[in-house]
Amino acid sequence: MGISRREFLKIAGASAIVGLGGISAIEILHPGQFEASQVSRGPKALVGKRWAMVIDMKKLDKQTMQKCIDACHRIHNVPDIEKPKEEIKWIWKETFEHAFPGQEHEYMGEDIKHLPLLVLCNQCDNPACVRVCPTKATYKREDGIVMMDMHRCIGCRFCMAACPFGARSFNWRDPRPFIKEENKEYPTRMKGVVEKCTFCYERLAVGLQPACVEESKGAIIFGDLEDPDSEVSKILHSKYTIRRKSELGTRPSVYYIV
Amino acid sequence: MHEEWKTLFDPSSPKQVPLVRKFFDGWKVTIGLIVFLGISILPFLFDLGKAAPPPPEPKIDTPEIQKMVEKKCIEPKSFMKTEHMVMLDDWRDWYVREGRSIYTATDGKQYNISLSNTCMKCHSNKKKFCDECHNYAAVTPYCWDCHIEPKEEG
Repeated sequence: MGISRREFLKIAGASAIVGLGGISAIEILHPGQFEASQVSRGPKALVGKRWAMVIDMKKLDKQTMQKCIDACHRIHNVPDIEKPKEEIKWIWKETFEHAFPGQEHEYMGEDIKHLPLLVLCNQCDNPACVRVCPTKATYKREDGIVMMDMHRCIGCRFCMAACPFGARSFNWRDPRPFIKEENKEYPTRMKGVVEKCTFCYERLAVGLQPACVEESKGAIIFGDLEDPDSEVSKILHSKYTIRRKSELGTRPSVYYIV
Repeated sequence: MHEEWKTLFDPSSPKQVPLVRKFFDGWKVTIGLIVFLGISILPFLFDLGKAAPPPPEPKIDTPEIQKMVEKKCIEPKSFMKTEHMVMLDDWRDWYVREGRSIYTATDGKQYNISLSNTCMKCHSNKKKFCDECHNYAAVTPYCWDCHIEPKEEG
């Protein structure tokens, strides 16, 4: 006979210890070229726990809305595709009855029913899109932003099916020919990926407010919900605000004063 | 089993085993081998007599680099040469996924993590800098499907 069970276990255990020790020894003696401590946040970066927005529709007129949309789409190289089935939008106008289904009633005047509202990705606290993404291309950041990592998106469009707000657009074709004026500082997208509003994470990183907030002349307020002294917290505390489809439980971070 | 083969496995058999056995369908197999060999060395035959492609010579003569007093990249040249792809991969994870946008180089200098706004600001000659080696090595990174490459002549 060869070896007993006892001897076999002894040898196996000893070699496991030697093997694991060897790996860590290699790690210690020959560390990786990059250390995560080499990277940091920008000195001016806005840091929050849960970014949110309050959109005051009483202060927002049609021209300003269009300005917000134009600024966002210009900065982020969002293509202008006419076909409704192929259009790409990060922030857009929606009528009251479509933005808040169930809130309308038959006695409501046409002008209120069709009142244009500014809608965008709600950066939900419990995002359905993140749960369904098979590659973690869309994920929730520490500061509450529901991000898109275009490098990982495989274009399966599960997130589009999951999002109850239609905030996501799919690139059915190469978007580059439809971009009037390219912003060289920001990438475009390619055919076959899903895109949406990212709460201007790239602007927050350098200490700027989101583009639409800047354009809105005070009608859109941006801030941290976890900070009780932030302007959004104060407004939410004192004024009546509503969220889109809050009954679905995704806990949107975009609040409306209608 | 073939009658002749049985003797191979039977040590008590008085029958002598021929040293050279019959090569069944020998000519067919030989032709097949020749054809196979011919096809497998075909790529080498095509290149026979042709000079090897010239080694890549990436250029760094962009206006931005000419302006520099000390012409050096964010990390040593030898490191950038072999590890730039690893670095870019780490950069994208740090920036996109972890939201950290400043890279501190080994010499202590800080840089914004950005392909288009940091790397390509100096290396504005994508064709003579990136493509030169990538074409030689037959690698096709998909950076430029989304990231906007700097405008170039020609």
